[in-house]
Amino acid sequence: MTTLSREETDALIAEVLEVYPEKAQKDRAKHLATNDQTVEQSKKCITSNRKSLPGVMTIRGCAYAGSKGVVWGPIKDMIHISHGPVGCGQYSRAGRRNYYVGTTGVDTFGTMNFTSDFQEKDIVFGGDKKLAKLIEEVEQLFPLHKGISVQSECPIGLIGDDIESVSKKAAAAIDKPVVPVRCEGFRGVSQSLGHHIANDAIRDWVLDKRDGAAFESTPYDVAIIGDYNIGGDAWATRILLEEMGLRVVAQWSGDGTIAEMMNTPKVKLNLLHCYRSMNYISRHMEEKYGIPYLEYNFFGPTKIIESLRKIAAFFDDSVKEKTEAVIARYKPMMDEIIAKYKPRLEGKKVMLYVGGLRPRHVIGAYEDLGMEVIGTGYEFGHNDDYDRTIKEMGDATLLYDDVTGFELEEFVKRLKPDMVGSGIKEKYIFQKMGIPLRQMHSWDYSGPYHGYDGFAIFARDMDIALSNPTFKNLTPPWKKVAAEEVKKAA
Amino acid sequence: MANIMIQQGEKGGLVFYLPKRDLEASIESIEFDTPEKWGGELKLDNGGTYYIDPIAKPPRLPISLRAKRLGAAED
Repeated sequence: MTTLSREETDALIAEVLEVYPEKAQKDRAKHLATNDQTVEQSKKCITSNRKSLPGVMTIRGCAYAGSKGVVWGPIKDMIHISHGPVGCGQYSRAGRRNYYVGTTGVDTFGTMNFTSDFQEKDIVFGGDKKLAKLIEEVEQLFPLHKGISVQSECPIGLIGDDIESVSKKAAAAIDKPVVPVRCEGFRGVSQSLGHHIANDAIRDWVLDKRDGAAFESTPYDVAIIGDYNIGGDAWATRILLEEMGLRVVAQWSGDGTIAEMMNTPKVKLNLLHCYRSMNYISRHMEEKYGIPYLEYNFFGPTKIIESLRKIAAFFDDSVKEKTEAVIARYKPMMDEIIAKYKPRLEGKKVMLYVGGLRPRHVIGAYEDLGMEVIGTGYEFGHNDDYDRTIKEMGDATLLYDDVTGFELEEFVKRLKPDMVGSGIKEKYIFQKMGIPLRQMHSWDYSGPYHGYDGFAIFARDMDIALSNPTFKNLTPPWKKVAAEEVKKAA
Repeated sequence: MANIMIQQGEKGGLVFYLPKRDLEASIESIEFDTPEKWGGELKLDNGGTYYIDPIAKPPRLPISLRAKRLGAAED
Protein backbone atom coordinates (compact mmCIF):
# COMPACT_ATOMS: atom_id res chain seq x y z
CA MET A 1 0.00 0.00 0.00
CA THR A 2 1.34 3.37 -0.95
CA THR A 3 1.53 6.26 1.43
CA LEU A 4 -1.66 8.21 1.78
CA SER A 5 -2.08 11.78 0.68
CA ARG A 6 -3.23 14.41 3.11
CA GLU A 7 -6.85 14.21 1.94
CA GLU A 8 -6.88 10.44 2.19
CA THR A 9 -5.54 10.54 5.74
CA ASP A 10 -8.13 13.12 6.74
CA ALA A 11 -10.82 10.96 5.17
CA LEU A 12 -9.53 7.92 7.04
CA ILE A 13 -9.76 9.73 10.37
CA ALA A 14 -13.29 10.90 9.60
CA GLU A 15 -14.31 7.40 8.60
CA VAL A 16 -12.92 5.77 11.72
CA LEU A 17 -14.65 8.33 13.91
CA GLU A 18 -18.03 7.70 12.30
CA VAL A 19 -19.00 4.94 14.73
CA TYR A 20 -18.87 7.18 17.78
CA PRO A 21 -21.82 9.14 19.13
CA GLU A 22 -21.66 12.79 18.15
CA LYS A 23 -20.15 14.09 21.39
CA ALA A 24 -17.45 11.47 21.57
CA GLN A 25 -16.71 12.00 17.90
CA LYS A 26 -16.14 15.69 18.46
CA ASP A 27 -13.84 14.98 21.38
CA ARG A 28 -11.81 12.28 19.69
CA ALA A 29 -11.42 14.27 16.49
CA LYS A 30 -9.20 16.70 18.38
CA HIS A 31 -6.80 13.91 19.27
CA LEU A 32 -6.27 12.60 15.75
CA ALA A 33 -4.42 14.56 13.14
CA THR A 34 -2.64 14.45 9.84
CA ASN A 35 0.92 15.59 10.27
CA ASP A 36 1.77 18.92 8.76
CA GLN A 37 5.44 19.79 9.00
CA THR A 38 4.81 23.47 8.50
CA VAL A 39 2.93 23.73 11.79
CA GLU A 40 5.17 25.14 14.53
CA GLN A 41 2.79 24.58 17.40
CA SER A 42 1.20 21.22 17.83
CA LYS A 43 -1.80 22.58 19.68
CA LYS A 44 -3.07 23.93 16.38
CA CYS A 45 -3.53 20.40 15.06
CA ILE A 46 -3.65 18.00 17.99
CA THR A 47 -4.93 18.07 21.55
CA SER A 48 -3.14 16.05 24.18
CA ASN A 49 -3.00 15.40 27.91
CA ARG A 50 -6.76 15.40 28.32
CA LYS A 51 -8.96 13.04 30.27
CA SER A 52 -9.71 9.84 28.39
CA LEU A 53 -13.34 9.27 27.44
CA PRO A 54 -15.24 6.87 29.68
CA GLY A 55 -16.21 3.75 27.80
CA VAL A 56 -13.36 3.63 25.33
CA MET A 57 -10.32 1.45 25.72
CA THR A 58 -7.35 3.52 26.79
CA ILE A 59 -3.88 2.22 27.42
CA ARG A 60 -2.90 4.82 29.98
CA GLY A 61 -1.74 4.21 33.52
CA CYS A 62 -2.21 6.18 36.72
CA ALA A 63 -0.12 8.66 38.69
CA TYR A 64 1.11 5.86 40.95
CA ALA A 65 2.37 4.01 37.88
CA GLY A 66 4.22 7.14 36.81
CA SER A 67 5.90 7.61 40.15
CA LYS A 68 6.50 4.10 41.45
CA GLY A 69 6.92 2.37 38.12
CA VAL A 70 8.97 4.95 36.28
CA VAL A 71 10.71 7.60 38.32
CA TRP A 72 11.23 6.15 41.79
CA GLY A 73 11.02 2.42 41.24
CA PRO A 74 14.32 1.99 39.36
CA ILE A 75 16.34 3.72 42.14
CA LYS A 76 17.82 0.45 43.20
CA ASP A 77 19.23 0.98 46.68
CA MET A 78 16.07 2.49 48.10
CA ILE A 79 13.04 0.62 49.32
CA HIS A 80 9.88 1.85 47.70
CA ILE A 81 6.87 1.13 49.84
CA SER A 82 3.60 0.83 47.97
CA HIS A 83 1.50 2.35 50.68
CA GLY A 84 -2.05 1.08 50.40
CA PRO A 85 -3.72 -2.16 49.30
CA VAL A 86 -1.48 -4.92 48.07
CA GLY A 87 -2.51 -5.07 44.39
CA CYS A 88 -0.94 -1.90 42.99
CA GLY A 89 2.50 -2.92 44.11
CA GLN A 90 2.26 -6.59 43.33
CA TYR A 91 0.91 -6.24 39.81
CA SER A 92 3.48 -3.62 38.88
CA ARG A 93 6.37 -5.51 40.42
CA ALA A 94 9.36 -6.28 38.19
CA GLY A 95 7.35 -5.77 35.02
CA ARG A 96 9.52 -3.03 33.69
CA ARG A 97 12.84 -4.40 32.61
CA ASN A 98 15.06 -1.75 34.14
CA TYR A 99 18.24 -3.69 34.77
CA TYR A 100 20.51 -3.08 37.71
CA VAL A 101 23.68 -4.35 39.32
CA GLY A 102 23.54 -5.54 42.89
CA THR A 103 22.35 -8.31 45.16
CA THR A 104 18.59 -8.22 45.33
CA GLY A 105 17.29 -8.31 48.87
CA VAL A 106 20.63 -7.34 50.36
CA ASP A 107 21.70 -3.98 49.02
CA THR A 108 19.40 -3.58 46.02
CA PHE A 109 15.66 -3.93 45.93
CA GLY A 110 14.63 -3.23 42.36
CA THR A 111 12.40 -6.23 41.71
CA MET A 112 10.98 -6.59 45.22
CA ASN A 113 7.58 -5.47 46.38
CA PHE A 114 7.10 -3.75 49.71
CA THR A 115 3.55 -2.88 50.65
CA SER A 116 1.62 -1.87 53.72
CA ASP A 117 -1.24 -4.16 52.58
CA PHE A 118 -4.19 -2.01 53.69
CA GLN A 119 -7.15 -3.75 55.23
CA GLU A 120 -10.57 -2.40 56.10
CA LYS A 121 -9.44 -1.35 59.56
CA ASP A 122 -6.60 0.72 58.12
CA ILE A 123 -9.07 2.60 55.95
CA VAL A 124 -11.32 3.22 58.97
CA PHE A 125 -8.68 4.09 61.55
CA GLY A 126 -5.92 5.38 59.27
CA GLY A 127 -2.71 3.69 58.23
CA ASP A 128 -0.12 5.98 59.77
CA LYS A 129 0.78 3.65 62.60
CA LYS A 130 1.11 0.77 60.20
CA LEU A 131 3.46 2.80 58.02
CA ALA A 132 5.64 3.72 60.97
CA LYS A 133 5.82 0.09 62.02
CA LEU A 134 6.57 -0.99 58.46
CA ILE A 135 9.49 1.40 58.19
CA GLU A 136 10.84 0.07 61.47
CA GLU A 137 10.58 -3.49 60.17
CA VAL A 138 12.23 -2.60 56.88
CA GLU A 139 15.14 -1.06 58.75
CA GLN A 140 15.54 -4.20 60.80
CA LEU A 141 15.23 -6.69 57.93
CA PHE A 142 17.15 -4.78 55.27
CA PRO A 143 19.72 -2.70 57.10
CA LEU A 144 21.74 -2.00 53.94
CA HIS A 145 19.03 0.02 52.23
CA LYS A 146 19.94 3.67 51.65
CA GLY A 147 16.53 5.23 52.01
CA ILE A 148 12.82 4.71 51.72
CA SER A 149 10.18 6.26 49.54
CA VAL A 150 6.50 6.04 50.39
CA GLN A 151 4.46 5.72 47.21
CA SER A 152 0.86 6.52 48.01
CA GLU A 153 -1.93 4.53 46.46
CA CYS A 154 -5.44 5.93 46.03
CA PRO A 155 -6.83 5.31 49.56
CA ILE A 156 -4.09 7.34 51.23
CA GLY A 157 -5.30 10.53 49.59
CA LEU A 158 -8.93 9.60 50.09
CA ILE A 159 -8.67 9.03 53.85
CA GLY A 160 -6.17 11.86 54.30
CA ASP A 161 -3.30 10.08 56.03
CA ASP A 162 -0.42 12.31 56.99
CA ILE A 163 2.45 10.35 55.45
CA GLU A 164 4.69 13.44 55.53
CA SER A 165 4.79 13.57 59.32
CA VAL A 166 5.33 9.81 59.60
CA SER A 167 8.16 10.09 57.09
CA LYS A 168 9.84 12.93 58.91
CA LYS A 169 9.74 11.12 62.21
CA ALA A 170 10.94 7.87 60.68
CA ALA A 171 13.76 9.63 58.83
CA ALA A 172 15.01 11.04 62.11
CA ALA A 173 14.71 7.67 63.83
CA ILE A 174 16.56 5.62 61.21
CA ASP A 175 18.85 8.43 60.05
CA LYS A 176 18.17 7.80 56.35
CA PRO A 177 16.05 9.73 53.89
CA VAL A 178 12.37 8.81 53.93
CA VAL A 179 10.52 10.45 51.05
CA PRO A 180 6.74 10.71 51.02
CA VAL A 181 5.36 10.84 47.48
CA ARG A 182 1.79 11.98 46.99
CA CYS A 183 1.23 10.03 43.80
CA GLU A 184 -2.27 8.70 44.46
CA GLY A 185 -3.54 7.06 41.31
CA PHE A 186 -6.55 9.29 40.87
CA ARG A 187 -4.44 12.38 40.36
CA GLY A 188 -4.23 13.65 36.81
CA VAL A 189 -5.32 12.09 33.55
CA SER A 190 -2.45 9.65 33.07
CA GLN A 191 0.88 8.54 34.49
CA SER A 192 2.31 11.82 33.30
CA LEU A 193 1.24 13.69 36.41
CA GLY A 194 2.83 10.93 38.48
CA HIS A 195 6.15 11.74 36.79
CA HIS A 196 5.69 15.38 37.68
CA ILE A 197 4.79 14.63 41.32
CA ALA A 198 7.75 12.26 41.62
CA ASN A 199 10.09 14.90 40.16
CA ASP A 200 8.80 17.42 42.67
CA ALA A 201 9.43 14.92 45.47
CA ILE A 202 13.03 14.47 44.25
CA ARG A 203 13.40 18.24 44.18
CA ASP A 204 12.02 18.73 47.68
CA TRP A 205 13.40 15.73 49.52
CA VAL A 206 16.59 14.55 47.80
CA LEU A 207 18.33 16.90 45.43
CA ASP A 208 19.58 19.57 47.81
CA LYS A 209 20.79 17.25 50.55
CA ARG A 210 24.45 17.50 49.59
CA ASP A 211 24.54 21.16 48.67
CA GLY A 212 27.77 22.61 49.93
CA ALA A 213 29.36 19.23 50.57
CA ALA A 214 32.84 18.68 49.18
CA PHE A 215 32.95 17.03 45.80
CA GLU A 216 35.92 16.38 43.57
CA SER A 217 34.67 17.56 40.24
CA THR A 218 36.16 17.63 36.78
CA PRO A 219 35.15 19.88 33.90
CA TYR A 220 33.71 16.84 32.15
CA ASP A 221 31.08 15.79 34.67
CA VAL A 222 27.71 14.89 33.22
CA ALA A 223 24.58 13.13 34.45
CA ILE A 224 22.31 10.84 32.47
CA ILE A 225 18.77 11.71 33.45
CA GLY A 226 15.67 9.81 32.46
CA ASP A 227 17.32 6.73 31.07
CA TYR A 228 15.59 3.79 32.68
CA ASN A 229 18.07 1.16 31.59
CA ILE A 230 15.43 -0.97 29.88
CA GLY A 231 17.34 -4.06 28.85
CA GLY A 232 20.60 -2.24 29.65
CA ASP A 233 20.01 0.93 27.62
CA ALA A 234 21.70 3.25 30.06
CA TRP A 235 24.85 1.16 30.06
CA ALA A 236 25.02 1.28 26.25
CA THR A 237 24.68 5.04 26.53
CA ARG A 238 27.21 5.40 29.29
CA ILE A 239 29.92 3.60 27.32
CA LEU A 240 29.66 6.12 24.52
CA LEU A 241 29.79 9.10 26.84
CA GLU A 242 32.81 7.72 28.64
CA GLU A 243 34.56 7.08 25.34
CA MET A 244 33.98 10.73 24.55
CA GLY A 245 36.04 11.58 27.60
CA LEU A 246 33.14 12.60 29.81
CA ARG A 247 32.71 11.47 33.39
CA VAL A 248 29.23 10.16 34.13
CA VAL A 249 28.67 11.15 37.73
CA ALA A 250 25.07 10.03 37.95
CA GLN A 251 22.62 8.00 35.98
CA TRP A 252 19.05 7.81 37.09
CA SER A 253 16.75 6.46 37.55
CA GLY A 254 17.66 3.19 35.74
CA ASP A 255 20.42 1.48 37.75
CA GLY A 256 20.51 4.64 39.84
CA THR A 257 21.25 5.16 43.49
CA ILE A 258 20.15 7.86 45.88
CA ALA A 259 23.75 8.99 46.30
CA GLU A 260 23.96 9.64 42.56
CA MET A 261 20.80 11.69 42.73
CA MET A 262 22.21 13.79 45.53
CA ASN A 263 25.41 14.35 43.56
CA THR A 264 23.66 15.39 40.37
CA PRO A 265 23.65 19.13 41.17
CA LYS A 266 27.47 19.04 40.97
CA VAL A 267 27.62 18.14 37.28
CA LYS A 268 28.32 20.49 34.39
CA LEU A 269 25.65 19.23 32.02
CA ASN A 270 22.51 17.18 32.40
CA LEU A 271 21.84 14.80 29.55
CA LEU A 272 18.12 14.30 29.38
CA HIS A 273 16.82 11.24 27.67
CA CYS A 274 13.18 10.87 28.62
CA TYR A 275 12.01 14.42 28.25
CA ARG A 276 8.46 13.60 29.24
CA SER A 277 9.22 12.15 32.66
CA MET A 278 12.30 14.07 33.75
CA ASN A 279 12.13 17.51 32.17
CA TYR A 280 10.73 18.94 35.39
CA ILE A 281 13.78 18.16 37.48
CA SER A 282 16.11 19.23 34.67
CA ARG A 283 14.39 22.58 34.45
CA HIS A 284 14.65 22.95 38.20
CA MET A 285 18.38 22.24 38.16
CA GLU A 286 18.86 24.68 35.33
CA GLU A 287 17.24 27.41 37.37
CA LYS A 288 18.65 26.64 40.79
CA TYR A 289 22.12 25.39 39.97
CA GLY A 290 22.64 26.83 36.50
CA ILE A 291 23.19 23.40 34.96
CA PRO A 292 22.02 23.39 31.36
CA TYR A 293 20.21 20.34 30.09
CA LEU A 294 20.31 18.77 26.69
CA GLU A 295 17.86 16.37 25.14
CA TYR A 296 19.64 13.60 23.31
CA ASN A 297 18.57 10.67 21.21
CA PHE A 298 20.69 7.54 20.97
CA PHE A 299 18.51 5.49 18.64
CA GLY A 300 20.11 4.76 15.27
CA PRO A 301 23.48 5.99 13.94
CA THR A 302 22.15 9.19 12.36
CA LYS A 303 20.65 10.44 15.58
CA ILE A 304 23.57 9.18 17.66
CA ILE A 305 26.06 11.16 15.60
CA GLU A 306 23.83 14.22 15.79
CA SER A 307 23.48 13.89 19.55
CA LEU A 308 27.14 13.13 20.21
CA ARG A 309 28.17 16.29 18.34
CA LYS A 310 25.54 18.31 20.17
CA ILE A 311 26.87 17.06 23.51
CA ALA A 312 30.50 17.63 22.50
CA ALA A 313 29.74 21.23 21.58
CA PHE A 314 29.34 21.95 25.29
CA PHE A 315 32.90 20.94 26.04
CA ASP A 316 36.44 21.78 24.94
CA ASP A 317 38.31 20.57 21.86
CA SER A 318 39.72 17.42 23.46
CA VAL A 319 36.17 16.10 23.90
CA LYS A 320 35.26 17.13 20.37
CA GLU A 321 38.28 15.27 19.00
CA LYS A 322 37.45 12.15 20.95
CA THR A 323 33.86 12.37 19.79
CA GLU A 324 34.91 12.40 16.17
CA ALA A 325 37.17 9.44 16.90
CA VAL A 326 34.23 7.57 18.46
CA ILE A 327 32.04 8.31 15.47
CA ALA A 328 34.77 7.18 13.08
CA ARG A 329 35.46 4.01 15.06
CA TYR A 330 31.88 2.83 15.01
CA LYS A 331 31.18 3.83 11.43
CA PRO A 332 32.40 0.59 9.82
CA MET A 333 30.32 -1.42 12.31
CA MET A 334 27.22 0.63 11.52
CA ASP A 335 27.83 0.42 7.76
CA GLU A 336 28.06 -3.33 8.05
CA ILE A 337 24.77 -3.58 9.94
CA ILE A 338 22.98 -1.29 7.54
CA ALA A 339 24.41 -3.17 4.55
CA LYS A 340 23.15 -6.41 6.04
CA TYR A 341 19.66 -5.40 7.11
CA LYS A 342 18.68 -2.50 4.89
CA PRO A 343 18.04 -4.65 1.80
CA ARG A 344 15.81 -6.90 3.90
CA LEU A 345 13.89 -4.13 5.59
CA GLU A 346 13.83 -1.37 3.00
CA GLY A 347 10.44 0.16 2.32
CA LYS A 348 8.68 -1.61 5.17
CA LYS A 349 6.11 0.48 7.00
CA VAL A 350 5.82 0.81 10.74
CA MET A 351 3.18 2.23 13.01
CA LEU A 352 4.14 3.20 16.53
CA TYR A 353 2.13 3.76 19.64
CA VAL A 354 4.21 4.05 22.77
CA GLY A 355 4.46 6.14 25.90
CA GLY A 356 6.41 9.28 26.34
CA LEU A 357 9.47 9.59 24.13
CA ARG A 358 9.87 6.66 21.83
CA PRO A 359 7.13 7.65 19.39
CA ARG A 360 9.56 10.28 18.15
CA HIS A 361 12.94 8.96 19.23
CA VAL A 362 12.94 5.68 17.36
CA ILE A 363 11.84 7.19 14.04
CA GLY A 364 15.47 7.90 13.17
CA ALA A 365 16.52 4.33 13.85
CA TYR A 366 13.80 2.97 11.56
CA GLU A 367 14.77 5.42 8.86
CA ASP A 368 18.40 4.32 9.11
CA LEU A 369 17.17 0.85 8.20
CA GLY A 370 15.22 2.22 5.25
CA MET A 371 11.89 1.72 6.97
CA GLU A 372 9.18 4.28 7.11
CA VAL A 373 7.06 5.33 10.08
CA ILE A 374 3.57 6.02 8.80
CA GLY A 375 1.82 6.71 12.07
CA THR A 376 2.83 7.55 15.59
CA GLY A 377 1.24 8.57 18.83
CA TYR A 378 1.74 9.00 22.55
CA GLU A 379 -0.20 7.48 25.37
CA PHE A 380 0.41 10.40 27.65
CA GLY A 381 2.44 12.95 25.71
CA HIS A 382 1.82 16.65 26.05
CA ASN A 383 1.84 19.45 23.53
CA ASP A 384 5.57 19.97 23.90
CA ASP A 385 6.10 16.34 22.85
CA TYR A 386 4.00 16.77 19.74
CA ASP A 387 5.86 20.02 18.96
CA ARG A 388 8.99 17.92 18.76
CA THR A 389 7.31 15.07 16.89
CA ILE A 390 5.85 17.05 14.01
CA LYS A 391 9.30 17.79 12.60
CA GLU A 392 10.45 14.18 12.89
CA MET A 393 7.49 12.67 11.10
CA GLY A 394 6.87 12.72 7.38
CA ASP A 395 4.23 14.97 5.88
CA ALA A 396 0.66 13.65 5.85
CA THR A 397 1.46 10.79 8.22
CA LEU A 398 -0.97 9.95 10.95
CA LEU A 399 -0.73 11.28 14.52
CA TYR A 400 -2.93 9.88 17.25
CA ASP A 401 -3.01 10.91 20.87
CA ASP A 402 -4.23 8.50 23.59
CA VAL A 403 -5.65 6.40 20.78
CA THR A 404 -8.45 4.03 21.74
CA GLY A 405 -8.26 0.30 21.12
CA PHE A 406 -10.86 0.56 18.39
CA GLU A 407 -9.20 3.44 16.57
CA LEU A 408 -5.76 1.86 16.57
CA GLU A 409 -7.16 -1.39 15.24
CA GLU A 410 -9.03 0.41 12.47
CA PHE A 411 -6.00 2.46 11.54
CA VAL A 412 -3.87 -0.63 11.33
CA LYS A 413 -6.47 -2.45 9.26
CA ARG A 414 -6.65 0.41 6.81
CA LEU A 415 -3.02 1.49 6.63
CA LYS A 416 -1.73 -2.09 6.61
CA PRO A 417 1.70 -1.46 8.11
CA ASP A 418 4.27 -4.25 7.87
CA MET A 419 4.88 -3.94 11.55
CA VAL A 420 3.52 -2.31 14.67
CA GLY A 421 5.68 -1.07 17.52
CA SER A 422 3.69 -0.88 20.69
CA GLY A 423 3.17 -2.51 24.06
CA ILE A 424 2.06 -5.85 25.44
CA LYS A 425 -1.59 -4.80 25.51
CA GLU A 426 -1.64 -4.41 21.75
CA LYS A 427 0.69 -7.26 20.92
CA TYR A 428 -1.68 -10.20 20.55
CA ILE A 429 -4.46 -8.31 18.76
CA PHE A 430 -2.13 -7.38 15.96
CA GLN A 431 -0.32 -10.66 15.85
CA LYS A 432 -3.67 -12.39 15.39
CA MET A 433 -4.37 -9.95 12.58
CA GLY A 434 -1.16 -11.20 10.98
CA ILE A 435 0.99 -8.20 11.65
CA PRO A 436 4.26 -8.64 13.53
CA LEU A 437 4.57 -6.52 16.65
CA ARG A 438 7.64 -5.51 18.58
CA GLN A 439 7.15 -4.23 22.07
CA MET A 440 8.68 -0.81 22.12
CA HIS A 441 8.19 -0.37 25.86
CA SER A 442 10.26 -3.28 27.06
CA TRP A 443 12.06 -4.19 23.81
CA ASP A 444 10.25 -7.52 23.82
CA TYR A 445 12.61 -9.09 26.36
CA SER A 446 15.57 -8.05 24.19
CA GLY A 447 17.69 -4.92 24.23
CA PRO A 448 19.50 -2.68 24.72
CA TYR A 449 18.47 -0.56 21.75
CA HIS A 450 20.37 2.59 22.69
CA GLY A 451 23.75 3.48 21.34
CA TYR A 452 25.80 1.79 18.65
CA ASP A 453 25.70 -1.61 20.31
CA GLY A 454 21.98 -1.29 20.74
CA PHE A 455 21.38 -0.45 17.10
CA ALA A 456 22.82 -3.80 16.05
CA ILE A 457 20.31 -5.54 18.29
CA PHE A 458 17.51 -3.28 17.15
CA ALA A 459 18.18 -4.06 13.49
CA ARG A 460 18.36 -7.78 14.17
CA ASP A 461 15.14 -7.76 16.20
CA MET A 462 13.23 -5.87 13.55
CA ASP A 463 14.45 -8.32 10.93
CA ILE A 464 13.50 -11.30 13.09
CA ALA A 465 10.00 -9.92 13.58
CA LEU A 466 9.44 -9.07 9.93
CA SER A 467 10.93 -12.24 8.48
CA ASN A 468 9.07 -14.52 10.85
CA PRO A 469 7.42 -17.17 8.63
CA THR A 470 4.56 -17.60 11.13
CA PHE A 471 2.71 -14.62 9.77
CA LYS A 472 2.40 -16.19 6.33
CA ASN A 473 0.71 -19.24 7.85
CA LEU A 474 -2.06 -17.61 9.77
CA THR A 475 -4.80 -19.14 7.61
CA PRO A 476 -5.14 -22.81 8.55
CA PRO A 477 -4.75 -25.31 5.65
CA TRP A 478 -8.46 -26.29 5.50
CA LYS A 479 -9.50 -22.67 5.16
CA LYS A 480 -6.78 -22.08 2.58
CA VAL A 481 -8.26 -24.76 0.33
CA ALA A 482 -11.71 -23.19 0.63
CA ALA A 483 -10.31 -19.79 -0.17
CA GLU A 484 -8.62 -21.12 -3.30
CA GLU A 485 -11.82 -22.84 -4.47
CA VAL A 486 -13.72 -19.61 -4.07
CA LYS A 487 -11.05 -17.91 -6.11
CA LYS A 488 -11.29 -20.55 -8.83
CA ALA A 489 -15.07 -20.32 -8.94
CA ALA A 490 -14.82 -16.61 -9.27
CA MET B 1 -1.75 33.95 39.41
CA ALA B 2 0.31 31.13 38.08
CA ASN B 3 3.86 30.02 38.56
CA ILE B 4 5.74 30.28 35.32
CA MET B 5 9.32 29.90 34.20
CA ILE B 6 11.07 32.04 31.62
CA GLN B 7 14.10 30.55 29.94
CA GLN B 8 16.44 31.21 27.09
CA GLY B 9 15.31 29.54 23.88
CA GLU B 10 17.57 27.29 21.87
CA LYS B 11 17.36 29.59 18.86
CA GLY B 12 17.59 32.78 20.89
CA GLY B 13 14.59 34.62 22.22
CA LEU B 14 12.74 33.75 25.38
CA VAL B 15 10.63 30.70 26.11
CA PHE B 16 7.66 30.72 28.43
CA TYR B 17 6.89 27.59 30.42
CA LEU B 18 3.84 26.93 32.55
CA PRO B 19 4.63 23.82 34.63
CA LYS B 20 1.07 23.24 35.79
CA ARG B 21 -0.09 22.74 32.22
CA ASP B 22 3.19 21.68 30.63
CA LEU B 23 2.78 24.53 28.23
CA GLU B 24 5.82 25.67 26.33
CA ALA B 25 5.56 28.74 24.12
CA SER B 26 8.00 31.28 22.81
CA ILE B 27 7.62 34.86 23.92
CA GLU B 28 6.99 37.17 21.00
CA SER B 29 7.26 40.43 22.84
CA ILE B 30 8.10 41.64 26.31
CA GLU B 31 6.89 45.06 27.41
CA PHE B 32 10.00 46.24 29.26
CA ASP B 33 13.42 44.98 28.35
CA THR B 34 16.04 47.20 29.96
CA PRO B 35 18.57 46.27 32.65
CA GLU B 36 16.63 48.20 35.34
CA LYS B 37 13.12 47.33 34.32
CA TRP B 38 12.26 43.96 32.84
CA GLY B 39 8.91 42.29 32.55
CA GLY B 40 5.41 43.63 32.08
CA GLU B 41 3.14 42.18 29.48
CA LEU B 42 4.28 39.05 27.70
CA LYS B 43 2.80 38.13 24.35
CA LEU B 44 3.12 34.47 23.48
CA ASP B 45 3.18 32.91 20.07
CA ASN B 46 0.13 30.82 20.90
CA GLY B 47 -1.99 33.93 21.35
CA GLY B 48 -1.90 34.06 25.14
CA THR B 49 -0.85 37.12 27.14
CA TYR B 50 0.53 37.15 30.66
CA TYR B 51 1.69 39.90 32.97
CA ILE B 52 4.68 39.76 35.29
CA ASP B 53 5.60 42.56 37.67
CA PRO B 54 8.56 44.45 36.22
CA ILE B 55 11.79 43.65 38.03
CA ALA B 56 15.45 44.36 37.48
CA LYS B 57 16.71 42.20 34.63
CA PRO B 58 17.61 38.81 36.10
CA PRO B 59 21.30 38.00 35.76
CA ARG B 60 20.59 34.43 34.80
CA LEU B 61 17.81 32.56 33.11
CA PRO B 62 15.73 30.47 33.63
CA ILE B 63 13.80 32.18 36.37
CA SER B 64 10.55 31.22 38.07
CA LEU B 65 8.04 34.00 38.49
CA ARG B 66 4.43 34.61 39.35
CA ALA B 67 2.39 35.73 36.41
CA LYS B 68 -1.12 36.99 35.90
CA ARG B 69 -3.04 35.74 32.92
CA LEU B 70 -4.45 38.56 30.85
CA GLY B 71 -5.75 36.61 27.89
CA ALA B 72 -5.83 32.88 27.44
CA ALA B 73 -4.65 31.21 24.30
CA GLU B 74 -7.53 29.99 22.19
CA ASP B 75 -8.05 26.36 23.03
